[in-house]
Amino acid sequence: MKALIFLETNNGKIKKSSFELVKWCADNNITTQSVILGDFNDDIKTQCETYGVENLTVFKGDTSYSPLNWAKSLSEEISSSSANLVLGSSSVLATDLFSRASIISTGNYVNDCTELNLEGDKLTPRKPLYAGKCSCAVEFMNENTKFVLMRPNQLPSGEEKSVSTNISEKELSNSEASVKATGVSESTSDKADLTEANIIVSGGRGLKEAANFKLVEDLANVLGATTGASRAITDDGWVPHSMQVGQTGKTVAPSLYIACGISGAIQHLAGMSGSKVIVAINNDPDAPIFKKSTYGIVGDLFEVMPKLTEKFKSVL
Amino acid sequence: MNIFVCVKQVPDTETKIQIKDDKSGIKTDSIKWVVNPYDEFAIEEALKLKTSLGAEKVYAVTLGPQKRVQDSLRIALAMGADEGVVIDSEEAMDTRTTAKALAEAINKTGNPGLVLTGKTAIDDNSAAMVQQLAGTLSFPHCTNVTKIEAADSTFKVEREIEGGAKESFEITGPCVLGATKGLNNPRYPSLPGIMKAKKKPVTVHTLADLGVSPSDSGMRFTDYKLPAEKPATKMLEGDVDAQVDQLVDLLKNEAKVL
Ligand SMILES: Cc1cc2nc3c(=O)[nH]c(=O)nc-3n(C[C@H](O)[C@H](O)[C@H](O)COP(=O)(O)OP(=O)(O)OC[C@H]3O[C@@H](n4cnc5c(N)ncnc54)[C@H](O)[C@@H]3O)c2cc1C
Repeated sequence: MKALIFLETNNGKIKKSSFELVKWCADNNITTQSVILGDFNDDIKTQCETYGVENLTVFKGDTSYSPLNWAKSLSEEISSSSANLVLGSSSVLATDLFSRASIISTGNYVNDCTELNLEGDKLTPRKPLYAGKCSCAVEFMNENTKFVLMRPNQLPSGEEKSVSTNISEKELSNSEASVKATGVSESTSDKADLTEANIIVSGGRGLKEAANFKLVEDLANVLGATTGASRAITDDGWVPHSMQVGQTGKTVAPSLYIACGISGAIQHLAGMSGSKVIVAINNDPDAPIFKKSTYGIVGDLFEVMPKLTEKFKSVL
Repeated sequence: MNIFVCVKQVPDTETKIQIKDDKSGIKTDSIKWVVNPYDEFAIEEALKLKTSLGAEKVYAVTLGPQKRVQDSLRIALAMGADEGVVIDSEEAMDTRTTAKALAEAINKTGNPGLVLTGKTAIDDNSAAMVQQLAGTLSFPHCTNVTKIEAADSTFKVEREIEGGAKESFEITGPCVLGATKGLNNPRYPSLPGIMKAKKKPVTVHTLADLGVSPSDSGMRFTDYKLPAEKPATKMLEGDVDAQVDQLVDLLKNEAKVL
């Protein structure tokens, strides 16, 4: 087996979930080639050398995402590296790129996997279905290239391993002109993206009004956490839709998820029940969120949250 | 020029999922089926764009056992789609084979200027159809779309990316676009709409008609399992100060997540 690892960059850095894949391949003695599209700089090079990326191809060119050109270049790299497994971390960009490239390279594509089981040469990922109400094994039935996207934070974290990265440079395809990027608006947050975050503090309708979302932000700030929300409050416009966690929002899997004034509707649970530790703060002892929590506090969030923020300030 | 909307029927989000005894799939007898919520945005957008694009017809296309999926197709027709296309199949197939069947059905009907569907289906969440269908049709695509302005065969679209930023593209059609929340507010089927839908034409294809075989699939889902039970929740007792102290201690020393 030979794996091609897609190292996804964001704001001039490789996402940390990419290194989970580098480590997984190293742990399983799989020969790898890594690939970066568009964005490249010295920081990225240093990251590669720090986290054990041995062979890297960089496709230089327009840094803005172009679905067709990127898919074409990725497919070109699959052929030239003779990889039969293409690995990436599930994200908006990687999902788009991998599924399109899977048609060009005649491959089998599966996303959002939570396990990657290897027995001899047989790879069997598992993936959640029906918003996590069950899961299944993914069985490959032919030898076509496998395109597998892992949900971030499921495999062990990447490890520091000093190497000198062997880099070859290529030109990013620009032959496809039917999709023209015309601009990107500023990102609304400088925090880690929800899907990558290690700690998330989320608020729901229990906050009573938009201004009280500050309680969530204060708690998140002491923890270096990213903020999330239930649909009840994104629908009401208290916070942007991009912060919504759940079936019709983001799927997240942080080490710690703190749900404040969120009832725990099935559609919300769908997006966060993969979190390692879940804390719920709710004044209703029967709120469904408590059934999925590791630790529960029955209480008034207006009392609990400021005290919790103070306590964290004093111990962290 | 025609507009095509691909619609998938999925279990309602509130439905309880049960696994078949041989673990080969889920039990389907007591499921409430609905239109994939993201596809509703796609249907609405097709209806809105029909006039501005001067499209002849809006076709709703679906794949699945006809007896069951025709209910979802009727909803699309009741909302205002002109005609339905069903690919009648009971077979489990991978996404690329499904994309091939949909592409063949679209080409058979003819003259696609725009194909719309949801950015993902909430059952298997593969988020593949927009890209794989576009790849199979050799069309450009864009997914996660929150805004479409269309004139002739130029589509100015905006899509949401990570961190809440918006990316904009100008696409030369025909193309496949993937709808997400924020694109529009889907209408409810009206009573006259529901009555009219009953008389709208529906074409039925088999997979064989389209030259597609389920055995083309390179992947299948097996060994279905319910998630492992979570250990019992620790409810923290005492007054607020005591609860807060315990929580911080547990997160630091028991869960070790700080
Ligand atoms: C197709 C579909 C898709 C959906 N997708 C999503 C999704 O992606 N994400 C999502 O979140 N939802 C989604 N929903 C909506 C979901 O069903 C719920 O309506 C929503 O999650 C409720 O949000 P909430 O918990 O903030 O509000 P509520 O259910 O109103 O809960 C508020 C909670 O706050 C508690 N509370 C009130 N006051 C206090 C206080 N002073 N102190 C402490 N606690 C307090 C209450 O006890 C209650 O439990 C979806 C629904 C549908 C039909």
